[in-house]
Amino acid sequence: MAQPAVNTRVNNGVNVQALLDAREALKDAPAAAEFTWRATCKWQKGTHARSTVRGFHGLGAEQSHKTEFSFETDHPEVFASEDLGATPVELVLVGLASCLTAGVAAVAQNRGIQLRSVEAKLEGRMNIFGILGIDSDVRNGYDNIKVTFHIDADASKKEIEALVAQSQKRSAVYDIITNPTNVTVEVV
Amino acid sequence: MSRALTDRAIEHVVLERGEVANSWRRERWDSLRLLTPNWQSRLPGYPYKGADPDGFMTMPEVVAHIAGFAAASAAPVRTHTPVASVQRIDGGYRVATEGGAIRCRSVVLASGAANVPHVPQLSQAVPGRIECVTPFDYGNPQRLPPGGVLVVGASATGVQLAEEIRRSGRPVTLSVGEHVRLPRNYRGRDVLWWMEASGVWSQRYDEIDDIERARRLPSPQLVGTPAHATLDLNVLQAAGVELVGRLSAIRDGRALFSGGLANQFALADLKMERLLETFDAWERDRAPGSALAAPERFEPSRAPAAPRLSLDLRSGEIGSIVWATGFRPEYHWLELPVFDRRGGLRHEGGAVVGAPGLYAIGLPLLRRRKSTFILGAEDDARDIVEDLAGYLGGRAAS
Ligand SMILES: Cc1cc2nc3c(=O)[nH]c(=O)nc-3n(C[C@H](O)[C@H](O)[C@H](O)COP(=O)(O)OP(=O)(O)OC[C@H]3O[C@@H](n4cnc5c(N)ncnc54)[C@H](O)[C@@H]3O)c2cc1C
Repeated sequence: MAQPAVNTRVNNGVNVQALLDAREALKDAPAAAEFTWRATCKWQKGTHARSTVRGFHGLGAEQSHKTEFSFETDHPEVFASEDLGATPVELVLVGLASCLTAGVAAVAQNRGIQLRSVEAKLEGRMNIFGILGIDSDVRNGYDNIKVTFHIDADASKKEIEALVAQSQKRSAVYDIITNPTNVTVEVV
Repeated sequence: MSRALTDRAIEHVVLERGEVANSWRRERWDSLRLLTPNWQSRLPGYPYKGADPDGFMTMPEVVAHIAGFAAASAAPVRTHTPVASVQRIDGGYRVATEGGAIRCRSVVLASGAANVPHVPQLSQAVPGRIECVTPFDYGNPQRLPPGGVLVVGASATGVQLAEEIRRSGRPVTLSVGEHVRLPRNYRGRDVLWWMEASGVWSQRYDEIDDIERARRLPSPQLVGTPAHATLDLNVLQAAGVELVGRLSAIRDGRALFSGGLANQFALADLKMERLLETFDAWERDRAPGSALAAPERFEPSRAPAAPRLSLDLRSGEIGSIVWATGFRPEYHWLELPVFDRRGGLRHEGGAVVGAPGLYAIGLPLLRRRKSTFILGAEDDARDIVEDLAGYLGGRAAS
């Protein structure tokens, strides 16, 4: 079957050929496409917690990051906390930004567009009447998230807009944020 | 298909469960007109001969047109003969009908791409007091129960039904996922003239990068009206239709919509612009001093500032949901291992994989982008008969 020819002149550091090959291979091995991502979180003190990620499941086997990655979360001093890390809601913005940015690089590579710089600025609007329980009509989470990309690349404005649109279309975190997900929380 | 077989003197019968043009007689809503202009409804050796080549046929007109063609080409149709099963036998296939079985060396599946309206699983969570309607049982706005209407799906069917239901005075909410935006007219010509003339519609299945995706592409947002009006999401919003994102879940009686509507708009606008650029480039090469109107660009789709993310289906606001979420072929009678894991027929340009002598026609992008349109049948049928004749000939020789 015809596959998009991978452009080798352009290098954004994304191995698109490997991704395209994986896509073809997985079509005939749907079980291998089932992934489970994991994180663990340990309370430190106050609102400070430390989360780590290391192992995950995919391609039909247990997998592991090369090293364990760790994330500090806390709340800023205006919330009477010690500010030992980012707030969890900021980490959500980080997740969205990094997912869309990685997507831009991959799509650009696939479309033969050389990137020089990509910068995303994110703003999530939230009314804390929700989390403080002051007004039950106000939701806890963001009521709007705005992402602004500044992209310098060998491409027209339209092509860059198309990159960004396609990146949203294929982004896991964008999907997680824009669509509901069932969440079960248990105590054992 | 029958006409192409006759042209090659290949003996055949056509089995039809109902009457000629059955789907156009029984499976369409009252107001529907073709979205392809009359002149594009030409069939092999049977052009449109009426007075309004640029108009759009009503359903009785389509039925008359297709029945006229069947008569003119003396197609050997056995009507009221549903196929109950197709099985493999030595040297060919056994096709069972109520009136007995037919043994044949080759079978062409021309049973249509749109036998059943597709309704997503999540519809099972719709509260009982809401009436669920598919395009097959819709009819007209008067047949809907009182109250607001949620139309799910914004392709050709969804935008047409949303517009007509809104025009009847109902509040309408339209849930918009991936869609294909097209203007009715471009540079003074019908946009489907461009699709055909520029060769886009003739693009072959083996020239397309991601054929599986291309085959799942939704139908374009087009309607055939005497006024040749465009029916895009800006038009619908101006008519008072409320747009919301893709329906992603129904939870505790609430419909939850995706917050990604703005990107659906961006993708559709970009795709439309790329298509118009293709048209312009073709026209530049073909006719450097083109007599056509100058290239135009259309207003971007106006995304609502803060589309609703949820809708309480128990509040009484909504009385019915119209599922305009596409159609699927239906093959329960095809007793052969020829389906992929999603239930789709596995075929290479209409030659069914793993079933020599079995062919399909009329499926999305079967051989060309125009494969599911009336005017697309001619070229595909010719190609498939070519294959089929080769198959029969090869078998005879061996
Ligand atoms: C709502 C809607 C609007 C459309 N508008 C347009 C348009 O404007 N322009 C255009 O070009 N195309 C349009 N199309 C596409 C259109 O369906 C095709 O162009 C054309 O009808 C396809 O013809 P067909 O013979 O392949 O399929 P169909 O017209 O579906 O014919 C298939 C036939 O097979 C019969 N059949 C099915 N199963 C069996 C069985 N087991 N035994 C015996 N007989 C069986 C059916 O009764 C039917 O008569 C539209 C489709 C839909 C759903």
